[in-house]
Amino acid sequence: MVGVVGTIDMDMAGSKRRNGGGRSGSPRAGPAQSHYVFNIPSDFAASRDVQLRILQDIERRGFNEQTRFAIKLALEEAMINAIKHGNRFDPRKKVHIEATVTPDEARIIVEDEGPGFDRSSVPNPTLRENVEKCSGRGILLIEAYMNQVRWSHGGRRLRMIKRNEPDVIPRC
Amino acid sequence: MAEPTPLVSVVNQRDIRIVEFIHNKILDESNITDIGTTLKALIDEPGKPKLLLDFANVDHLSSAALGMLINVNTQIKKRDGQLRLTNIKPKIFEVFVITKLNKLFKIKPTRPEALTSFNE
Repeated sequence: MVGVVGTIDMDMAGSKRRNGGGRSGSPRAGPAQSHYVFNIPSDFAASRDVQLRILQDIERRGFNEQTRFAIKLALEEAMINAIKHGNRFDPRKKVHIEATVTPDEARIIVEDEGPGFDRSSVPNPTLRENVEKCSGRGILLIEAYMNQVRWSHGGRRLRMIKRNEPDVIPRC
Repeated sequence: MAEPTPLVSVVNQRDIRIVEFIHNKILDESNITDIGTTLKALIDEPGKPKLLLDFANVDHLSSAALGMLINVNTQIKKRDGQLRLTNIKPKIFEVFVITKLNKLFKIKPTRPEALTSFNE
């Protein structure tokens, strides 16, 4: 279901070890860095597998609960945006995901093959006139919970970073 | 095949329908649609709907779930009914605060407080 291109683990000395799509390392003696690349069809089942793999990695690395909650939420919203709003469930279109996880942070890229969008044109859902509308909240949550968020390639590519900091309070 | 676990449980107290989410995640789109359909059926019962949603089991929810809740709120308002939310864990409450939906919904810390907050 999930097309894993490869997993590259990098040890402390910086040498690379490619695990042909397998799990990366054991829990405690794990590598300094895991790198995942996925190309999945535009469906939620495939998305679940990807999310699980990334979330298992950050859990294994002992990321704190608040950070894991934030990454889970942002990743869920990013995948929904890519599959539903980007690719519009088109079976010919793929979602490309890259994740690099280190002991200190997770860097995640989610890119779809849809028409893209202009971030500045998405209405702010927290404004009184928009609060009862059903759109724009996913983007708001991604931006609130992640430390860095950047949309590029006409809105088709989202790059987000979450640091494993204790007691992180989301920006409101 | 095993029976699927229900998504919500509903108990009645006076004229109030207390809906408890069974799963710890309200993420999956098909589940959210099913929950929305169940709640719609409760709202469409005769009389003015009074719904109390209990989030005690909920550890994760998505923007799609928030959209469903907004929809439920709108439907209840149209029927001149009342909606209360309760037992929302701090992490989940934060999601309501960030989206400012804590101002749209009437949220009570405990179930007894929520029950007494309904107008006759």
